[in-house]
Amino acid sequence: MADTQLPLWEVFTQAGHGAPHEHAGSVHAADAEQAMQNARDVYARRGEAVSLWVVPSSAIIASAPGDAGPFFDPGNDKAYRHPQFYKVPRGVKVF
Amino acid sequence: MTVPSVAGKREEEIANPLFEYLLRLGDDRLVLGHRMSEWCGHGPILEEDIAMANIALDLVGQGSSLLQLAGVTEGAGRDEDALAYFRGEPEFRNAQLVELPKGDFAFTMVRQFLFDAYSVLQLDALQKSTFAQLAGLASKALKEDSYHLRHSSDWVLRLGDGTEESHARAQTALDELWRFTGELFESDAVDEAVRDKGIVVDQAAIQSRWQQVVADVTRRATLTLPTAGAAATGGRRGRHTEFLGHMLAEMQIVARSHPGAKW
Amino acid sequence: MEPLPTPPIPADDPALVAAFEARIAAGESIEPKDWMPERYRRQLTRMMSQHAHSEIVGMLPEGNWITRAPSLRRKMCLIAKVQDEAGHGLYIYCGTETLGVDRHDLVQQLLDGTAKYSSIFNYPTLTWADIGCIGWLVDGAAIVNQTVLAKASYGPYARAMVRICKEENFHKRQGYEIVATLASGTPAQKAMVQDALNRWWWPSLMMFGPSDKESPNSAELLKWRVKRKTNDELRQRFVNLTVPQAQAVGLSFPDPDLRYDAASEDWKFGAIDWDEFFAVIKGNGPCNHERLAARRKAHDDGLWVREAAMAYAAKHTARNTEAA
Repeated sequence: MADTQLPLWEVFTQAGHGAPHEHAGSVHAADAEQAMQNARDVYARRGEAVSLWVVPSSAIIASAPGDAGPFFDPGNDKAYRHPQFYKVPRGVKVF
Repeated sequence: MTVPSVAGKREEEIANPLFEYLLRLGDDRLVLGHRMSEWCGHGPILEEDIAMANIALDLVGQGSSLLQLAGVTEGAGRDEDALAYFRGEPEFRNAQLVELPKGDFAFTMVRQFLFDAYSVLQLDALQKSTFAQLAGLASKALKEDSYHLRHSSDWVLRLGDGTEESHARAQTALDELWRFTGELFESDAVDEAVRDKGIVVDQAAIQSRWQQVVADVTRRATLTLPTAGAAATGGRRGRHTEFLGHMLAEMQIVARSHPGAKW
Repeated sequence: MEPLPTPPIPADDPALVAAFEARIAAGESIEPKDWMPERYRRQLTRMMSQHAHSEIVGMLPEGNWITRAPSLRRKMCLIAKVQDEAGHGLYIYCGTETLGVDRHDLVQQLLDGTAKYSSIFNYPTLTWADIGCIGWLVDGAAIVNQTVLAKASYGPYARAMVRICKEENFHKRQGYEIVATLASGTPAQKAMVQDALNRWWWPSLMMFGPSDKESPNSAELLKWRVKRKTNDELRQRFVNLTVPQAQAVGLSFPDPDLRYDAASEDWKFGAIDWDEFFAVIKGNGPCNHERLAARRKAHDDGLWVREAAMAYAAKHTARNTEAA
């Protein structure tokens, strides 16, 4: 068996309840349980997280930088997607 | 002519059982934490260096807090550093299991597992004690040791049910460590005396549950439980293996070379 | 051991290079999937992996004193510091892997002697006071270097550096606190820390590397915003910060030429012995052999453990698949 540094996993941490999970970095581990413990020891030992996700790096599908134009740009010129487009009569409470 | 008497007591009477009891708790963790800290920079993979340092840090921290409480209980002005650095081997009260050299990674993890499985049961009883300060320390330590148990039992499984080589090393470790486990469940006059302080740990019941946990993990790890032989004993009374002396010589050398100095 | 000759780098499309350099000039972050010149990729891989190796090797001189730390609080702080260094190495290795290299290969390069790591870790820690000096001087020097790296052009490197900088300040304060305690302690403690400073001062200055005139990579790295200041600028900044700190605790420096220049507001210092620096870089420092031997041993002793972890995972994936 060829020696390895074990497979790579990406780690996402949630700083507090209600917050989104954010990418914190990576760890190496043989399986999910080990990845979870390693993620806690590396990225959460100072109490920085209330929740952890670990994902094999190979499972992440990323957009390509070349996609940026068709994929992301068109939204910016369509005002109706933004709340400011909609006017509400004075005195009416929306929420 | 009267002959001066040389006969002494077979065993020392214990003046302060609570102090003795806290030393046992604190010394177990300080010594085990020290042994685990020897791995820093030498672990089998980077993530494990971090994991083992985490365990070492928790255990030394617990040892420090417990020895501090012991010093207060003794009431002779000794703090945790005075107790850690200026007692000799006969005054240490840890079980022999924790003072054994770290060995290979299998030895370290099997020993850690055997201790963690005991520790979580002991701490669970201690956190219910009416001696408030100890209950508080035990509750915090229980969270930490539960995490350690998850880690160490995981490794016992991986090594036992890994490769032929890891299985052989894990089995050897278990065989060598087994005779040191009995001491964890001893019960004596000190345990009896501290019941009055609200510290009630049913060692026999804990041993029974520990045996179940250990039997379950070793079975899943495809390891064979050793048959009980003569159990090592003496640590609780200051009678240790030859290993503790070397360990303390190293641990204490700088502090002892500058008595009274601040660090 | 001589490094293997690197294959020639194919010439990059000039239009792509120009666009890339414009992004950098505009202060944009380069991310793993972005187009980058092959040379940028290689320089960053070299720089980041060297930095990671340094963190890992750096665990050894300090780890040397964990079992002898003279108080429980110092023992815990030192274990935590060495643990942080392992973590820093890990963050940077992971950042390096985004450039398309496996950590296994990076580790091999360190162990076979082809990769470099910071020269400072090839010096021995001979007394407890050395631990104070390392935190104060070596981490202090690293902070001067690293604060600028937090704005490096390569995203994963910059993000790793932000994490590291947060943790690094505790290390330096810890080291200085040890030094200050010893300097105001017993005569033996004071002598111990002065001796440690005498041995660690010049190697700390050498950490910033030779004057940029001698450093072949500097100009390119500055243009690509991977390096933000020259070696000499950073070294002078470090000296200016550190001299008053030593004065505050009554310690002196092993440099008869050290003097304050009011015009430049700099502490001018004597000539650095670059022969020593290059000897240490080439592998002839006091501890080069021991550091690599320790890392090789840990790696070799760990092989059966890594294999066991993989074997167990394989068995259990197979079992899960069967059971499903």
